[in-house]
Amino acid sequence: MSIIKKIEKACLLGRGGAGFPTHIKWQSVAKAKSKTKYLIINGAEGEPGIYKDGYIIKNLLKEFSIGVKIASDTIKATKIYFYLNGKYYDIYKNKIIKEFNKAGLKGKFEIIKKPKGAGYIGGEESTILNIIEGGRAEPRLRPPFPTEKGLFGQPTLINNIETLYDVYLVSINKFSGERFYSINIENKNKGVYSLPDDLSIKDVLIKTKNYPKYDFFVQVGGDASGEVFNQKQLRRKVPGAGSITIYKLSNHRPEKLVNYWLSFFADNSCGQCTPCREGTYRLLELFKNKRSYLKDVSDFVDLCKNLETSSFCALGACAPIAILSYFKNVYPNLCQKK
Amino acid sequence: MPKKIEIKIDGKKCQGYLGQTILEIARNNKIFIPSLCYHPDLKIKANCRVCVVEVKDCDKLMTSCSVLAENGIEIFTNSPKVKKARNTNLKLIFAEHTEKCFGCTLKYNCDLLNLAKKYDLKVTNFQDRKVKRKTYKFANAVEIDGSQCIDCRNCVDACSDIQKINYLEIKGKGAAQEIVPTQDPNIDCIYCGQCALHCPVASAQEQYNWGEVEDILAKKGKKTLIAMIAPSTRVSIGEEFGLPYGQNNSGKMVAALKKLGFDQVMDVVFGADVTTLVEAEELLERLNDKKAGLPLMTSCCPAWVKYLEFYRPDLIPHLTSSRSPQIHLGGIIKTYWAKKKKIKPEDIVIVSIMPCTAKKFEISRPELKIGKLKPVDKVLTVRELAFMIKKNNIDFKKLRPEKSNDLINDGSGAGIIYGASGGVMESALRTAHHVICDPKKAKICRSRLEFKEVRGLEGVKEAKIDLSGKKLNVAVVNGIGNIKGVLDNLSKYDYIEVMACPGGCIGGGGQPIPSSMEIVSKRTAGLYQGDKKIKIRTAHDNKGAVEVVKWLKNNSQDHRVLHTKYSKKKKDKINLV
Repeated sequence: MSIIKKIEKACLLGRGGAGFPTHIKWQSVAKAKSKTKYLIINGAEGEPGIYKDGYIIKNLLKEFSIGVKIASDTIKATKIYFYLNGKYYDIYKNKIIKEFNKAGLKGKFEIIKKPKGAGYIGGEESTILNIIEGGRAEPRLRPPFPTEKGLFGQPTLINNIETLYDVYLVSINKFSGERFYSINIENKNKGVYSLPDDLSIKDVLIKTKNYPKYDFFVQVGGDASGEVFNQKQLRRKVPGAGSITIYKLSNHRPEKLVNYWLSFFADNSCGQCTPCREGTYRLLELFKNKRSYLKDVSDFVDLCKNLETSSFCALGACAPIAILSYFKNVYPNLCQKK
Repeated sequence: MPKKIEIKIDGKKCQGYLGQTILEIARNNKIFIPSLCYHPDLKIKANCRVCVVEVKDCDKLMTSCSVLAENGIEIFTNSPKVKKARNTNLKLIFAEHTEKCFGCTLKYNCDLLNLAKKYDLKVTNFQDRKVKRKTYKFANAVEIDGSQCIDCRNCVDACSDIQKINYLEIKGKGAAQEIVPTQDPNIDCIYCGQCALHCPVASAQEQYNWGEVEDILAKKGKKTLIAMIAPSTRVSIGEEFGLPYGQNNSGKMVAALKKLGFDQVMDVVFGADVTTLVEAEELLERLNDKKAGLPLMTSCCPAWVKYLEFYRPDLIPHLTSSRSPQIHLGGIIKTYWAKKKKIKPEDIVIVSIMPCTAKKFEISRPELKIGKLKPVDKVLTVRELAFMIKKNNIDFKKLRPEKSNDLINDGSGAGIIYGASGGVMESALRTAHHVICDPKKAKICRSRLEFKEVRGLEGVKEAKIDLSGKKLNVAVVNGIGNIKGVLDNLSKYDYIEVMACPGGCIGGGGQPIPSSMEIVSKRTAGLYQGDKKIKIRTAHDNKGAVEVVKWLKNNSQDHRVLHTKYSKKKKDKINLV
């Protein structure tokens, strides 16, 4: 059976956050008639609260490297770009070169350090294309999709580190549908755990012995763009790139948290489209003027909805998720208790 | 032939073609969808998000400028969801643009004000956030006012993708981003004004001179005030008043300028005829004298001259020494005409109406002075003139056409087509053809009037021209963005025309907004019609022009009035206010 068929059968979904079926991407690039094709490994890991890709580089580099080799061979990549988070780059660059060479990739790859100013959007795949080409850190219009017209206009496969690690598992028939969960309590990293990808939030917390004894709420799928749920809403799966962050209900500071979310997106907007560039700026401005009465301001709701419905890219569309779900699922309860 | 498709927009069946965007099909079917960052000549950016529409069964809104229509889809341009997003985005954009409506030449047809009115939105919903942003001034020609910028980036794309100058850059990100001139010492602005022409909100614009012209008109005293109108302006100014594209309105322009208070209005078409005479003579001289250096290059486009002086000073010897039509006519008025009319040259004030922002820079060049006098005192763009006409409540549509001056005639058909890319070349060829012509075949010679091979909107037009046995390799560069290939193969050519703006002056940076290649071709058709209709179609048949050149030579004025020189230019210091 071809590796693409195997990946399809294993139902492997991209582990970068969007969860796109991996085999479709592979097929599209493998089939493309172009002589030049690229493989880009997305190691940006820019979402706060998620560090599983770093974990893989640290602990499973050899296995991941084999996954890279399989991808490169399958799509007949002309060149591989390993686009990497600056922190990981500084620590693991030499180790990665060694391991990639061992995997048979010598002379075929280049490691590119994620630029400092690229920020959150610097992990979005079409933005990575711009960055490698020397352009601004901004997403591109789609279509064309990177698989058709990606880096330098050529068909390009972009996969997350964990996805390629999973490819390795698929190739040796060891993939069991597990994924990596990053778990945090407040801002502290509790660890990375490999567990089945269909567990509920509650089960993950229990199995990893992280289920708190105090009243709490969680943010899942990233500390910036992840949705916020209260204690009664933990029966759902963990979305996105698989993080769970626990906040203690009694001593968390709502204003600090809201300010963090709003500032994060205002600081990380690339500036390309109106809803995000202006919307995130105005949301933060409204917050600074109105503080916690924010949710009652009609402009606030309009701006959030507008981000969801009319942003250029997913960063904009995700910007209001945390704050809206926090107001819906957590903040009312908090008010009642006080 | 692309496949025909049918889509439904707001319940109305609309025909279109596969490969067209929703916006294109809507507009072709006379359905209005607002847009700001969309421009038919620029790449699709979809960043303003004002043209969002709802597609049936799709959750997310789509930008109609970027999404291709598929057969059978159903579109809503005004559903509650669309309204909410479009209005929110507009309100956000309004608060980026500090209103400076009072003196803004776009105020009578401002997209922002029109949309605010149409959708009943307050422009002050959010507080203006860019009030303190500075203005970057490029020489005395063009400026970018950061306090008015709505971040659509059309200026950057016009400068980089169309003109390939890359002078404008985006600095910073998010709400802090700003359009700035590059720090690169090897890149400088050529003042073409394409940024201004593509800016939907007059953040990039010409540096205004209408205020000074108003003062001149108000404090006239014993001065003689003369307005000059450039060839291409007559077929574009009507757009400002809802008249058809390409309609020749030179008569109404004359009437309007006289109503504004000018004593005389003269036609730069006459100046163009003089330019042709001078340039054709030089062309023939250079063809006969191999050492003189071929190819000869035109110099009537000041943005192109600046380009060469900055980027390729080594090629300066190729530029014709002939001054440009506006400078020729200005100089002639202040010498020949002043003498004939017994008016002191220093009592003449000349304001020229140009399709161009670089012409403002041209008149500031000290080497063009005749004695102490500048040949032209002020330059107004077509937009500035239209603004003054509106401001003074002159009903342009109803004006009765008037004639311009009689001592300086209105020029030939060859002068009229100066406004279009290829026109300067064609005019010079008409005259060179005549001069070089074997007298025995005179009849045949005179019949060659049109050189259609140099017309049109292609980027580079090449032709082999037979001048009575002399084979001439010519190239016409239509838009500075197409210059590179020609400069790299210079030895191929004998004569090169360059116009910095796509289409030539007719697509110039000072023309009415909106402008697009489609509109440019309609304006161009008007110019060629004007040439066809007129009796005298060559510069050498313009007796007045021939007479003036002779007079200047006899009075030893030809050098100071007809010719100029060029020099290597350093990068401008950017003026920040």
